[in-house]
Formats: sequence, C-alpha cells, structure tokens
Amino acid sequence: MNADFTPEELQFQAEVREFLQSDFPAEYREKIEAGMRLSKEETVRWQKILYKKGWAAPGWPVEYGGTGWTAIQQYIFATEMGLIGAPEPIPCGMKMVAPVIMAYGSEEQKQKFLPDILKSNVWWCQGYSEANSGSDLASLKTTAVRDGDEYLVNGSKTWNTYGQYADWIFCLVRTDNSVKKQEGISFLLIDMKTPGISLKPIVLLDGHAEVNEVFFDNVRVPVNNLIGEENKGWTYAKFLLTHERTTISGVPRGKRRLAALKRVAANTDDGFGGTMLENPAFRTKLAEIEIELQALEYAELRTLAALSVGKAPGPESSILKVVGTELAQEMDEMFVDLAGYNCLPFVPEQFEDGFQGVPIGSGDSASAALKYFNNRKLSIYGGSNEIQRNIISKAILGL
Amino acid sequence: MDFSRSAEQKMLQESVQKFVHRSYDFETRNRIVASEKGFSQENWDLFAELGWLTVPFKEEEAGLGASAVDLVIMMEEFGKAMLVEPFIATGVLAGTLISEQASSQQKAELLPRLMEGKLQLACAYAEQGSRFNLANIRTSAKVDGDTVVINGAKTAVLNGSNADILLVVARESGAAMDSKGISVFWLDATSQGVSIQPFTNVDGKKSAEISLKDVSVPVSQRLGVAGSALQALQDSVDRATLAISAEAVGAMESLLYKTVEYSKTRKQFGTAIGTFQALQHRMTDMFIECQLARSIVIMAAMKLDSNEDAIQKTKSVSAAKSRIGKAIQKVGQEAIQIHGGIGVTDELDVGHLFKSVTAVEIMFGNTDYHTQRFASL
Repeated sequence: MNADFTPEELQFQAEVREFLQSDFPAEYREKIEAGMRLSKEETVRWQKILYKKGWAAPGWPVEYGGTGWTAIQQYIFATEMGLIGAPEPIPCGMKMVAPVIMAYGSEEQKQKFLPDILKSNVWWCQGYSEANSGSDLASLKTTAVRDGDEYLVNGSKTWNTYGQYADWIFCLVRTDNSVKKQEGISFLLIDMKTPGISLKPIVLLDGHAEVNEVFFDNVRVPVNNLIGEENKGWTYAKFLLTHERTTISGVPRGKRRLAALKRVAANTDDGFGGTMLENPAFRTKLAEIEIELQALEYAELRTLAALSVGKAPGPESSILKVVGTELAQEMDEMFVDLAGYNCLPFVPEQFEDGFQGVPIGSGDSASAALKYFNNRKLSIYGGSNEIQRNIISKAILGL
Repeated sequence: MDFSRSAEQKMLQESVQKFVHRSYDFETRNRIVASEKGFSQENWDLFAELGWLTVPFKEEEAGLGASAVDLVIMMEEFGKAMLVEPFIATGVLAGTLISEQASSQQKAELLPRLMEGKLQLACAYAEQGSRFNLANIRTSAKVDGDTVVINGAKTAVLNGSNADILLVVARESGAAMDSKGISVFWLDATSQGVSIQPFTNVDGKKSAEISLKDVSVPVSQRLGVAGSALQALQDSVDRATLAISAEAVGAMESLLYKTVEYSKTRKQFGTAIGTFQALQHRMTDMFIECQLARSIVIMAAMKLDSNEDAIQKTKSVSAAKSRIGKAIQKVGQEAIQIHGGIGVTDELDVGHLFKSVTAVEIMFGNTDYHTQRFASL
C-alpha cells in the first residue's frame, strides 16, 4: 500500500504548477484574496486561457476535446488549481450538462453544444430545483406539452446560479402527469433568449444576487432540444447528480484556507500583547481542522484509488460532500472568530466591481461574516447533507 | 425561590410585546434599517413616553431601578423582532457608564435628556488591535490647562453615526494595557477633529469608525476622577453584554418557533419534513439550547441584581456570554439548514435573525474570549 504519485504523475504535477504560476492572472488572484468575485468576463477569460492550453475540460474524453487524463491526473490538476485559488469552471456547462449530452445526446446535439462549452463561448445554467421541489427533486411541476415540433413550457425554476449571465439553461420538465413522478420527467435544453423566459434575482444573506428564479410563460422549445427519450429525464438527471458529487470535498481549497487562517491569525492582535496564532484555544481549533483535513484527504485518495482501477463513483462520495462542506463551514467560523468586530460592518457593495466608496475593513476580516453567511449554502445545495446521509444509510448501511 | 415575574415586570413585557405586534413587523423593520438614520425617531420618542428609557437607571437618578432582570425581560422581546433602535448603545452601554462614573452634576446634565429621548449617545472604547481587552487603550488624552486634547481612532462604535454626544475612552497615563490611567470624556459629536465613518452592521444596527484628531475638550467633561474609568467601563460593557445576550435569547426563540412551524408546512417526499425523526431530534436540540441559554441569562441577571462581589458578577456575565455563543451557533445554523435554500435568502426573516445572533456572538467578546475570561477569574 502506498499513496505516492508515479514519476510521470510528479512530472505532470510540476507542469501544472508551472503553468498556473505563469498563466493564472495575478490580478485575479489579488481580487479573490480581497474577497471579491470575478466578473463574467474575467471568468470566461480564464477559461479561454485553459482552453488554449488544452486543459479546459479535464474530465472530458479526448474525442470531444477533453484532456483524456486519468482520475489521478484530474485530481492533481484540481488540487493545484485549488491550492493557488484558481476558479474552477462554472460547473453547469462543463461538468453538468456536457456529460449528459455526451452520454445521452444525439450526434447533432453533441456537434451543436459541446464545442461552445469547451471554448466557453456559451454560458449554461441549471433548471433543476423548484420552489416546492428541493430535496424531493422528482416532484417538480414545470410542464412541457408537445405541440407539433415544439414543446410548450410553463412553470418556474429556482436557485439558478448566475442565470443572469446564462445563454442556455438545461431543465427537468414534466411531460407526463399520469405515471409515477420519476417516470414523467424529460430533460430539455432551452435558449435563454426564447420569448416567455424571465428572471428574478434572489439576494442572499451576503447581499449578493448570485442566484435567480427563472419563469417560463408559454415558452416554445424545439423538440430537437430534447435529450434522449421523452420521460427518461430522471435517469439522465441522476447521472448528472452523480457526476456533480464527485470531487466535491474541496481539500486543496481547504488547505489554502487553512494557510490563510494561520497567516491572518499571525497578524491579528489578541488584545493582550500577543497574536491570535499564540492563543491556545485558537491553536487547538486550527490543529483540529488540520487533522480533519488530513483524514478527508485520505478518504478522498481512497475513493480516487478505487476510481482509477475502474470502479464507478459510489455512494462513498457522499462522505466527501458531507465532511468537505462542514469543514469548509467550520473554517468560515474561524475567520469570523479572527475578524472580531471587523466583520460586523455589512457593506456588500465594496466587494462588487466598480465600487467607488471608501472601503471599510480589509479583505479577510471585512468579508469573513459575509462568507460565513453565504457558505451556509454548502450543506444545502448539491443534494443537502441530510440527503447525503440518507444515501449513506440506504446504499451503504442497508437501512 | 421564585422565578416568576412581578406584576410590573409583566406589564413591561406586555408593553414591549404590544409595541412589536403593532409597529414592528419584518417589513417595517427592513424599511427602518434602510432609512438614512437606521432607526425610527418616532419609535424612540414612544420609548421615552412609555418610560422604557428609564429602565437602565437607578431610582435616585429618576430611573426605574436599574434592575438587570427588568432589562433582560425587555431585551428578549426586542430580540424576537430584531429591533434596531439604539436602546443598548444609548441606554445601557453609555447610560450605565454615566451612571457609574459621572459626577452628580454631570449626571444631571445628561441623564434627564437621555431618559426623555432627547439625547443619542455612543460609547467609543474599542480600537483596532485592542480586540476585546477593554484595558487596551491607545487613544491619548493630554491635559493642557483647562482643556484636554484627545488623539486616536475608535472602531465598532455602536450608534456612533447618530450620537449627539460621544463618550470617548482615552488614556491619560500609563502603558497601552495598564488598568490605571484610563478616563472617559464626553464630547459633542460635531466637535472639531472628530470624523465619523458610518455603516450598518450585519444585524441592521448602525455603527461607525471614529477618528479623533487634536480634539479639544474642557477638563470638566471628564467623567469622574482622572484615570479611574476602567472598572465603570467593564461594568457598563458587562451590562450591555447581558442585554445583547437577552436579545439573542429572544431571537433564538423566534428562530426555533419559525423553524418548527416551517417543518410542519414544508412538504417533501409527500410529507411534512417535520415528520422526519432526523429533523425532530435536531429541533429538540435547538429547544434544549434555547432553554439553557435563557436559564444562564437569567442567572447572570439575578447575580447582577444581587449583593455578590464584583468578580462573581463579571464571571456570571462571561458564563452567560460563553454559553449563549454556543447556543447561537447551534440554533442559528440549524434554523438555516432546516429551512434549506430559502433560509439563505435575504427575503426571509430567518436569515436576518441568524445574522442578528451572529453579531451578538462577536459583540463585546466572542465565545472563546468569555470562556477564557471565566477561567481566569
């Protein structure tokens, strides 16, 4: 038993590191460190840099322009990206709809959609959840009624991440009401410019509208945009969700944030002549986080080792989601701890592009509470942690 | 032994409840938060009329009696509806500091106006780098004849942007962390050399960063004796700590109640999510946390009203704040989690209650600080 990379993998790691050092724009790194978000244009520009290098789609097969990397190479790449803080692609296109199109789409759909996803020419958003269908996704109510060569779509979707930027949306819609709820669902691709679509931003606790509600009022969608077979959408949806759950543990990001915690603690006065890094209670918590990260890292490596000998991602990935998100949330709490009074001001506009006023506080401390609030979503989205625990109890423990 | 409320205490509680019911629904609160001052003068006038502003003061000051239990009863109701009027900043923090430290002549000048609702106050004590150590004061006060010249910078000054008068904690002698040498001066917020950067806190209350550059104040505006203010400052901050802890007890009760109600109406998998035992036990744990939080806040209030020595009083406040902090994380986070996506939106009151209690967790010393202070006393 060993957890070593092969010489080839180490060489690959060095290559990734070198590339990220030289090509990840320094101004993006500064912006992210200051608690700001990248704009749509900046995100796309970074994706295009990756595309030029041939690394835009680590998980894709070579035939579609992917890297053809092994699971371990993908892990190395994701790790190095996370360590440096480079944003991963907005997952809706690259990681969610694209694998579904590859697996179940028609040849025409593959040709039409995949190249633009690869080149980040088209921004996708997801149309899964509805106001009354969260954890119980299969109860969704948005309908698509066949009318000649078109579907007529009516209803609404919610939690559409960056729907305001999106050119296309993939949707789960109900095409048959007469059968078991899972059996009447279809998977549709919809152009956001189609008449009848409207968007309502949802402001979250950090004051930023990163998600939206999307309304469909008699929206006409060509039948050609149906993925696979009508009423088989639930199968495709589950396939997508399994893909979403893998590599969600966030260990590299966690390591980067742990290093940041130590750095910030060393620069934070404890009020009694020392620093917070010397505070025994805080040191203990830091150690606990570091230990938990190590346990999580090895849990992920064990999953990875199983994947790389050809086993399919199993319900074990639920462990990574639960522990990874809860650990990230604990680190948010520690940033709040360190910031003290400095994270109390609620000035979200200072983290938006084009802010002209006088900033209050500095990056790590000023944004600490906002991140803490916003990241409560981590244990809710992507299949809530309750759902993940249900998966473990059913699929692993057989309860 | 008797934990029941007196007739007067019940009246006080009902009077706050009635006000909240009539005039402080969530939408109204949001409008007040978004207004320029960030609180309602009309409400403030009403508080004065109802006698609420006399609660923090002793009878000989024409107050209601400065009972910590009275204060806690009121603050719980404030917390349930997330009132943003600066009752704690003006009445409790600054008010107690005046009550404890000022001469009778100074009290006569300030307290009647305060209780009539004609005076907004702010206590500027915290500084960058001082964290939660009240003795860590670098702002300097140099006596020059009949005047004092103050220089320094203050952070997290609650109500700082609306205060007519600032109580500035400054050092007249000694090194940065000495317990002796600290004085309090009251000065007009519009004094030359005072600059105020206002903002709204995550709990919707107004606060400010304040810098003081060669601010001249008559020596007569020093509260009490030179260099002697630390004990009074500690007592005032302790009392304000108890007050926000009681607000958190109220807010947590709202969070629990709203979560339980939501779990009864939110249907997933064909049934109300409140029927799932996994969630029932977690809401039960929230309830237990709320009960322990309320219990320890009552304990601290009763100790403050008792004849126990100063150390026991301070220790009980730290015990309450430390335990409340644990409850806040548990109850706040679970309320959001059980609400799911809607819980992290700005639209629902639950998220705002969560932000309010999070502010309490930090304010006047976080959980770790108070646990350590408890251990050190």
